[in-house]
Amino acid sequence: MEYQNIFTQIQVRGPLEAGVELPRGNDERTGKPFFNWLAGWFGNAQIGPIYLGFLGTASLITGTVWFVMVGFNMLASVGWDPLQFIRQLFWLALEPPPAKYGLSLFVPLNEGGWYLIASAFLLVSVLLWWARVYTRARQLGLGTHVAWAFAAAIWLFLVLGLFRPILMGSWAEAVPYGIFPHLDWTAALSIRYGNLYYNPFHALSIVFLYGSVLLFAMHGATILAVTRYGGERELEQITDRGTASERAALFWRWTMGFNATMESVHRWAWWFAVLTPITGGIGILLTGTVVDNWYLWGIKHGIVAPLPDLWPGVVDPAMGGSGQ
Amino acid sequence: MSYWTIFGGAGAVVLGAALLVGPDWDLPPVDTEQIGYRGTGMFVSRDIEKQAELREANIAPPAPWEADPEGERADDIYENVQVLGHLSDDQFNQFMAAITEWVSPEEGCTYCHSDDGNFAWDGLYTKVVSRRMIQMTQAINEDWASHVGNVGVTCYTCHQGNNIPENVWWFDDDPEAARGALGYRAGQNVVGEFVGRTSMPQNALADYLLGDKEIRVHSNTALPTGENTATTKETEGTWALMMHMSESLGANCMACHNSRAFNEWDESPPQRVTAWHGIRMTRAMNNDYMVGLTPIFPENRLGPEGDVLKVGCSTCHNGVQKPLYGVSMLQDYVDALATKTSSGVPDYESFVPGETEVLAPAEDQQSSLMLPDPTSASKETRVAAQ
Repeated sequence: MEYQNIFTQIQVRGPLEAGVELPRGNDERTGKPFFNWLAGWFGNAQIGPIYLGFLGTASLITGTVWFVMVGFNMLASVGWDPLQFIRQLFWLALEPPPAKYGLSLFVPLNEGGWYLIASAFLLVSVLLWWARVYTRARQLGLGTHVAWAFAAAIWLFLVLGLFRPILMGSWAEAVPYGIFPHLDWTAALSIRYGNLYYNPFHALSIVFLYGSVLLFAMHGATILAVTRYGGERELEQITDRGTASERAALFWRWTMGFNATMESVHRWAWWFAVLTPITGGIGILLTGTVVDNWYLWGIKHGIVAPLPDLWPGVVDPAMGGSGQ
Repeated sequence: MSYWTIFGGAGAVVLGAALLVGPDWDLPPVDTEQIGYRGTGMFVSRDIEKQAELREANIAPPAPWEADPEGERADDIYENVQVLGHLSDDQFNQFMAAITEWVSPEEGCTYCHSDDGNFAWDGLYTKVVSRRMIQMTQAINEDWASHVGNVGVTCYTCHQGNNIPENVWWFDDDPEAARGALGYRAGQNVVGEFVGRTSMPQNALADYLLGDKEIRVHSNTALPTGENTATTKETEGTWALMMHMSESLGANCMACHNSRAFNEWDESPPQRVTAWHGIRMTRAMNNDYMVGLTPIFPENRLGPEGDVLKVGCSTCHNGVQKPLYGVSMLQDYVDALATKTSSGVPDYESFVPGETEVLAPAEDQQSSLMLPDPTSASKETRVAAQ
């Protein structure tokens, strides 16, 4: 009966587990593992040990350097006032260099130089973490699906902060490191380039994003619904379906005429998730480089719905020769 | 349950409560009125909570009495009447009574005039400023019908009983960034008081309502031609100006734009044309009237950077789309404020507080055509602009 609840009701705890033996050349896992009741609500109650190794340690160090550089620049941007730092934290940011410096690497520190240095550390940190995800999967004898999914996200990150600025010829095109400022940047990019809504790759990205959400909800609900028949043992049921699988499949075949399988639903989910940043990144890469006004591009290609002219008298007042 | 769980939970509750109670949220429900074609999201929305308060704050007061236009002219009776001499004695006194209620209801006549009964004396800066402001009001009503229509403006439109209109702006560099090699924020990324409390360029108004930086950032071709060099950063400047306008009028983007194509005039409501003229009018007010007055203001009437307090959209609009809900106070003061009379400008540098007897223009020179000052208002050129 416990499985009928949408929250985990029981915590199954065995003895603390250190994990399988690691191959030669690997570091020891660090930290003494322990059980945590709250963690058991959301996942496995056992915390640790963690494998850091060279890649993990180097990634954490470079990531921390980026974080500290951004934080101290934010603090300095309000005159080292800790109260303003807390009050305005969501408004603060480390800003990329102005457009006049183009792609120069020798930008004054206090005019975006810190941004470039911090970005280099962030790039190294993210790439090292990717390498760590890849090698850890290999060492455990797993496939590398997680690493490649992560790589899809890194593609979007690289497009925003590296590839597009290079194609546009200026670091000023990169995204500021700040809570509201990066959101403002996102909306301003869409406004500048005539509404990203009419960018087909943006549209695809949204399809995959919302599609991922839908698939996640359908799959999670289906498995919870059949756990009373052992349905949570999904992977075994790929080869040995059993009644949980049969019922889940029947449910979808009866309601929508088609059903995924215990295996294929995970391929669906993986591809939808991975295609979200891949298509999104393509859309961003084309913006400003290949297309300058997506709304006009949409008109040209017949994807903008025509509207009745409700205000025929409205004309651009600057057309009268009175200047901007 | 371990202690960190309790502390963490308590912290989350406190933070959540602070987020709910702390900021000045525009709570639902919001009143929406459809203004465009169905299904296009063309709605003007208003925060219902604030409407009663705004209604109460934006009531046009009646004229103190109905003035008799007949009789002797003011400049025949009084000395040193430079811009209102054409009024009848009764009109002149009615206007003086009204302007006292509009601008200095507590201080009374002596806010601008000497308390020894010499009303002709120009030794108080407030009198010199108000004379210039009357000229400005006349110019707005005569030259800027494209923005103010037949409704027009009076001193009360902005002052509403305050010495200084409640909503003005100045060069805002607060909080000051640290000196040294850290803390670059490109003039943004703090709470911008004059740009709708966003993190966008905090001095955007100086660029567009004092300087004449290009507001348009869109390209008029689908594909890049290399002509439009506006970046995302410039777009944030434009957007900051738009947030100022939105907050000033209590209106959303769709009051003037179809948000699917912000730049397309064909799909815009006519209010956008009015606003376009309003931007130019405000720019002219700042350049032709406010900036010139800088030397005569005492320090406590200037902004923290020593610049004159300047006009923005909120100065007149005060949170509503039509100032004073479209009531025309001008109708009671047509002779005083509807047309330009004397538009000469004295040399404000020559003003000495408490000593200047009469500050008059050298000759009846025409003021500039209220064309925008081409000086860009970046920080380096701010001093030059004044």
